[in-house]
Formats: sequence, C-alpha cells, structure tokens
Amino acid sequence: MTQLPRLPGDSGGCRDTPILKQRGQREVFCGLTGIIWLHRKMQDAFFLVVGSRTCAHLLQSAAGVMIFAEPRFGTAILEETDLAGLADAQDELDREVDRLLARRTDIKQLFLVGSCPSEVIKLDLQRAAERLTERYAPSVRVLNYSGSGIETTFTQGEDACLASMVPVLPATEARELMLVGALPDVVEEQAVSLLVQMGIGPVRVLPAPRRDTELAVGQNTVFALTQPFLGDTHAALERRGARHIPAPFPFGEEGTTAWLRAIADEFGVPDAVFESVTAAPRARARRAVAQAAEALRGKSVFFFPDSQLEIPLARFLTRECGMDAIEVGAPFIHKGIVGPDLDMMSRGPVFSEGQDVDLQLDRCRAARPDLTVCGLGLANPLEAEGLATKWAIELVFTPVHFYEQAGDLAGLFSRPIRRRDALRLEAAE
Amino acid sequence: MKLTVWTYEGPPHVGAMRVATGMRGMHYVLHAPQGDTYADLLFTMIERRDHRPPVTYTTFQARDLGSDTADLFKTACQDAFDRFRPEAIIVGASCTAELIQDDPGGMAETMNLPVPVIPLELPSYQRKENYGADETFFQIVRALARPVARSARVTCNLIGPTALGFRHRDDIEELTGLLSDLGVSVNVVAPMTATPGDIARLGAAHFNVLMYPETGEAACRWMERELDLPYTRTVPIGVGATRDFIFEVCELTGMAPRIDESRLRLPWYSRSVDSTYLTGKRGFVFGDGTHVRAAARIARDEMGFEVVGMGCYNREMARDIRALAKDYGLTALITDDYLEVEAAIEALQPEMILGTQMERHIGKRLGIPCAVISAPVHVQDFPARYSPQMGFEGANVIFDTWVHPLVMGLEEHLLHMFRDDFEFNDAAGPSHHGGHAVRAEAPVAEVEGGPAPHRPEADSPRDTSGERKVGAEVIWLDAAERELKKIPFFVRGKARRNTETFAAERGVWEISVDTLYEAKAHYAR
Repeated sequence: MTQLPRLPGDSGGCRDTPILKQRGQREVFCGLTGIIWLHRKMQDAFFLVVGSRTCAHLLQSAAGVMIFAEPRFGTAILEETDLAGLADAQDELDREVDRLLARRTDIKQLFLVGSCPSEVIKLDLQRAAERLTERYAPSVRVLNYSGSGIETTFTQGEDACLASMVPVLPATEARELMLVGALPDVVEEQAVSLLVQMGIGPVRVLPAPRRDTELAVGQNTVFALTQPFLGDTHAALERRGARHIPAPFPFGEEGTTAWLRAIADEFGVPDAVFESVTAAPRARARRAVAQAAEALRGKSVFFFPDSQLEIPLARFLTRECGMDAIEVGAPFIHKGIVGPDLDMMSRGPVFSEGQDVDLQLDRCRAARPDLTVCGLGLANPLEAEGLATKWAIELVFTPVHFYEQAGDLAGLFSRPIRRRDALRLEAAE
Repeated sequence: MKLTVWTYEGPPHVGAMRVATGMRGMHYVLHAPQGDTYADLLFTMIERRDHRPPVTYTTFQARDLGSDTADLFKTACQDAFDRFRPEAIIVGASCTAELIQDDPGGMAETMNLPVPVIPLELPSYQRKENYGADETFFQIVRALARPVARSARVTCNLIGPTALGFRHRDDIEELTGLLSDLGVSVNVVAPMTATPGDIARLGAAHFNVLMYPETGEAACRWMERELDLPYTRTVPIGVGATRDFIFEVCELTGMAPRIDESRLRLPWYSRSVDSTYLTGKRGFVFGDGTHVRAAARIARDEMGFEVVGMGCYNREMARDIRALAKDYGLTALITDDYLEVEAAIEALQPEMILGTQMERHIGKRLGIPCAVISAPVHVQDFPARYSPQMGFEGANVIFDTWVHPLVMGLEEHLLHMFRDDFEFNDAAGPSHHGGHAVRAEAPVAEVEGGPAPHRPEADSPRDTSGERKVGAEVIWLDAAERELKKIPFFVRGKARRNTETFAAERGVWEISVDTLYEAKAHYAR
C-alpha cells in the first residue's frame, strides 16, 4: 500500500483549512495565454483565436519574444461588420479557415478558440467546428474550446483545450497509463523513462505531439495528472470511464517520489524495483534542492494567484526548502486534485481563492514577506517597494517537474533572494 | 474578420492607458474582463515602471453577464476613487465591455464623484492604439483646459509624449533644452508628467510643440481653435528637421533664431571618410508615419543612403506618407500586416532596414541589418542611458544607432583582406558584436548517482525560438559553394539569394562557379 509521506499526528495537513474568498479586481491572464506553450507541444496543430485586437495583442505581449517564423497561432479579429449579423460571422470564419488551411497544409488539428467577445456575442464555435470537421475530414480535425477571460484564468486554457480533445479520442479496452498535461519534451521523456524502467506501460501522453498517435481512452485507462489545473480534463476523462490516480504533484524530490509511488502501487511495482529505479535520481534531486535551498531556509513566501501551481509549489517550498508560507493564493482550489498536496502541508498559511488585488496587496505589504510570487504586472512595483519577487509565469514556461529539475525549481525561487544579497547599490551614507 | 498574426498596434483602450499612465493624479476605470489586465505588464515590464498603471479593471466574469455588470462597474469606480483619490477620472470600456453596452460614462456621471469624470468612447472594433491615445488626450484637454492668461515670458507646451512611447522620456529632455537655448521655457508637458491641474493651465503657453502627431494632434487642433494656441508642424528628428523646427518656433515667437550646433556631430561623422561605405546603401523605411517621415529624410539627405521603399502601419498617416513616398519616387506600403511588409522587404532585398521591432525580426530572418526607428516598443527601446531621437543629440544618437548593425567602413576592407585569418574569419562576425564564440561544454562533475540525463537545450515546448524554413531546391556544386565562402560573409547571404533567384528564374537547378559570377554580373549596379 502507498506510503505517502505524511505529517505525523495532529499537525494534520491543510485540506480542511477554511479558504479566504474575496471578490474584486483580479490581476491574472486569460486562458488564451496557454496557446503560447500548447502550440509548441502539438506540432501539427493551429490555434485560431476568434476574438479582438486585444486578444492578438495579449498573445503577442505574453509571448514576450515574437516567434517570427509564422507561428501556429493567429487571431481572426472580429470587425464591426461581423458584430452586425451572426450569420455573417460564421461565413467569415469559414473563409478565414479555408484560406489558412490552403496555405498551411501541415496542419492536422485546428482549434477554434473562443474569446471574451466571441462568447459575449454567442458566436457558436462548436457548430463551426462540426461543420468544418465535416468539410475537411479526414485530413484536418477541427475542435473548439474557450480561452476567454470571462470563463478561464490563465492555465485553465490548457485545461479547456485538453478537455476538448477527450471526447474525440478513440476507445480502447487496453490497460494503459495516461499522463495528462503539456510538459516540455525533455521532462516528459524523463517521466516516461522512469515509469518504463519500473515495468509500467504502455504509457500514453495527452496532449500527444501529433494527432496520429496511439492515444486512446477507455474503462481500463488509468491517468495521472502532471499539472494541477486540469480539472475539466479530469472530469472529461472520467466520463470516458478512465480512473484518476490521486497523488501530490511531481515538484521536488518528495513530490516526484510520491507521484511515482502512487502510480507504481496502481501497477503493483515491487518496492525493490521502485527503490532501484528512483534511488539515484532521488539522491541527485535531494542534493540539488539542498544546494539551491540554502538561501531559502527560514524565509517567508507569499503567493498571488496565477497558475493554480501555487499549492503544490508551496508544499515544495515549505517541506523541502524550509520556507514559511504566509499566504497561498490560487485562482481556483480544486480539492479533489490538490488535496494530497494540502494533506502534506503544515497548518499556518492562509489559503485564498480568487482575488481582490488591492486588498491582497495590502495584506502582502503588511506581512512584508521575504519573497513574493506574483504576476508580471505586480513584480516591478513590489520590487520598488523593497519586496523581492519571483514572476510566476516563469514557473509555467520553465521545465520544473520531476527529479532532474527539482534543483532548478528551487533555484528559480532562490535567485531573487541571492540577487538582493549580491547587489551593493545603496548610496554611501 | 481578418486573420492577424502579429500586430503593430494594440487596441484603443491601451492607447488610453498610455495617456493615463503617463499622467499624474489621473485614474482610469476600465470596464473589462480579467484577461485585459495583461496590459499592466506592458508598462511594468517593457518600460520597467516602478508603479502599477493607474488603472482599475472591473474584471467581470461570465456569471456576471446580464445580471450586475453595471453594479460591478459602479463599485469598482467608487473603490478606485476612495483608494487612489485621483484629481480626475477617465472611464471607458474595452472591446468586450463595449459589446455589453453598460455605458460606463453614463453610470459614472450618476455617481456624483467630487472630481471631473471624463467618459471615453473608443470603438474597439474599428480603431487602434494610437487613435485611442490621441482621442483620450483630446477628451481630457477638452474637458479640463480653460482659457487662462498668457504667461509673461514666451512659453510653450510639449504635446504628445505618453507612457510606453518610443524614446519619449529623452525627447522631452532634449527639446526642453533646445527650447531653453532659444529663450522659450516649457509651460506644461502633456500627457506625460502632467496632472489634471496642469491640463487646466495649458492655455498659459504661447504655442504648442506637437511632438508626436500620432498621440497629440487632435488636442493641438482643438487648442488652436479654442485657446488660440498655434502649434508646430515640424517634428524635430534629424539635423534638417531640427533646424526647420527652430525656424518655425522663431517665426511663431518673433524671436531671432539662435542655433547652437556645438554638440551636433552627425554632419561631420557623415562626411568623414569612414562613412564612404554608407553611400547609396539601399534602405527600407517602415514604422509609424512620424518616424518614417523623419527617417527617410535623414537616410537620404544626412546619411547618403538610397531609400528604396517606405511605408507606415498607422492608416491615420496614410495620405501623408503616400505623398512623401511620391517625392522619393516610390509607392508607399500602407499596411498593418507584417507578412506584407516581409514580402516587400524580401522582394526589394535592401541592404538596411529602418523599421520597428517587427522589421528587426524580419531582418534577422532574411539576414538584413536593421535599426529600430519607431514603436511598437520592446524592452530594448528603453535604454538606461540618455538616448533621444529629437534635436541635435537625437541626430547623434541616430547616427550611432543606424551604423551599429552595419560593418564599419575600414573594418569591411580589413575583413576582406584578412578573411583567412583565424580571428578575422567569417564566423567571427563584425568585431563589435561578439557572441559568435563557440560555447564550451560544461564539465560534468562525477557525483553520487551519476550525471543527470542529458538535457538538450532547445527541445522544450515552452521554447519559443524561431524555426527556419527548409532551403530552396537549388543545389550548389562543391566548387561554387567553396567560391561562395570566399565572398565576405556580410554580403554572402545576399550573394547566395541573388544567385539562387537568378538560377531559378533561368530554370538552372545546379549552381556552378560560372552561375555564381553570371549572377554577380547580372545584379551589379
């Protein structure tokens, strides 16, 4: 049976800690942002946002750098004429898709991505996707999901995208393990390799890099999430009969071990095999984390809501790096998914869901944490007030999962603190 | 509906943010969904601002639609006033809020806030960022500026600089100094640095200096009509334009032109022999209308380039730039589609691009040097050092900026002479750029558990570096390939492309040494 690392006795975990919920201005990205990494992961897919100039500007600004070989995403910008009559908008969309697919014959999957304006005018993208799928079958599959800021927050865009793929996955009766979540290839290969070494397989991954893989789902599929923000995908997979393996998320040595252990138990891997496969990378990870955590020990941390990675990361920072969490803010808290991480955390931090950014800034300023994890809009202003910050978006763009990245993950948090110690910029007295 | 990959301009409410963020004591209450808050990072990251932009977003969600988005707006507006105590408030809607028609202006008016509330109507589905800034500033001026007594001394206002503007910070300083040399002091700089109170006393000046027509022209026109404030038409970027500007100012003020050119170096640098190699360099100019007009004149008259193409992305300036292009014997490219710009550059094969960050990337792909002359801005466009575009120091800065991506004159010859030298070899690149050195492999320590599995550098899906297209089908024979390598590297890319085009046009699919030299003769000017 699983021996998840648990806290002893009555110190008890945070699953039942009451959650602070406030409603006010939220300072977060919308779900369209996920396109930035999803389009790199799915190499035969194109993401067509149906939206406004703001959507196009967001994608460009969030990408930070421009990917100037024509990227596999774009925005069909709604114009005054499209807003006048909806029948028009469907025709216009067909025309833009025809043009796009004629030019880009390498595209096998097309995602029509809903935005705030397309949702508000109730542009039916599902109908459009069905119609276009018929027209372009079998060479191109057209799906739709919403990345709108009125319905999704940042990483929920990936969730919506993956969830839209689940109903069209082929059925299978095979007992297979599915890993769910878009990870950098190098990280994904590490995970698959560890599992294969334990004799677990076949291992499938959603999203697959290409449409024509053997990815399928059914009663005998078990799945493990690699990202904590995949609530809708989780539900969609359960609707197809698949079963979830709950586990803490694979951040840090401890999280990775617990995550692997949960899967290993599901597949009846003997302890000795588990030990022999994980011993060396565990030792490496522990050593790397210890080195990077030097600067973090005893320091306090405050999380603004961003990616839903906050709870697993707070678990990593408090347990493996010796930090004290003051507040852990997340856009949403899905206890069915982050429950195992909450179980492992000592009581003490405030958990907050949603946001009133001004009130939260007041709390942060009052607490004066040693490190504040926040979005790019808040980082420099807080630095100017003398607070060290870590931009949260880097945690989503950088390989941070599993053993070999555990040290890098700790390093992302320790760098701002080490930097403050390194700089000698104050004017002489 | 129009498919867009990259945009030169953001939506109009971002223009309004640029105005509000540049000002002091102003707050912008924006009816918008949560995703629109991304715009804050433009200011905090690209411009490295140390404060949040003074913008409150209502961040309504799907579940609010149809029920209480209007209440949400009122609450957000009241909270913003209570917390930030601004001297004036502008209110408006982003693209999504425009669709739900809550009328933020009307609602704010009913709240009886004790400060001026200025409603903005910015049509998100028709107009763009520059229009948004221009219109917002115009509405602020119209609402707040009043006729006031003229100052005793000759003063002027500097109109147009905003947050997130291309070198606006330094242009203000340079122009203030230049005008001071002429005996004119500055009454108000707006929108950047101005408070609502400053806007009220714009009329104390004797005239306006319109720095950036993109963001200040509507306000200047209104002030000319309503406050009897004439404004300057010349934008002082470049040597000639700066001199013209000085004469224009003196004409407006009746003062004698006193021109101190002691700090101006561009004319001598341009005449000095090292600049000979700039002669007739074929330049392509693209950006916003104002900077394109200035850059074209500098390129032709002050650097001795040949302008082979020009255009602008902001349609408001289309007529102006079309007329200008005609003077240069060209047809202007007016488009906000970067693929069209790329196609034009590819077809023209200029030796130098004077463009925006978008053209810089196009240049990277095509192997053509590029200097940035205009917004849209990038973090690199906010250098720590003083780096204006306007006035005489601006001209010096422009000379340096444009020459930097090119290989310098004497160096060009040395490279040719020593091309087999180990340090001066092809792969080394221009000596002042560096970064071509072979990366040493990091030693891997023998540690417990052995080394970590090899991690290739660029295989992460988060990696957003460029992709390259697969090369043309034309085959280079070995001898020709070797001959090509003897050509200095900074023209080799062009030689390769020219030869391939030449061969393809003639249905030749194998390139020999002869083909190479036939192509060279064909393209020789």
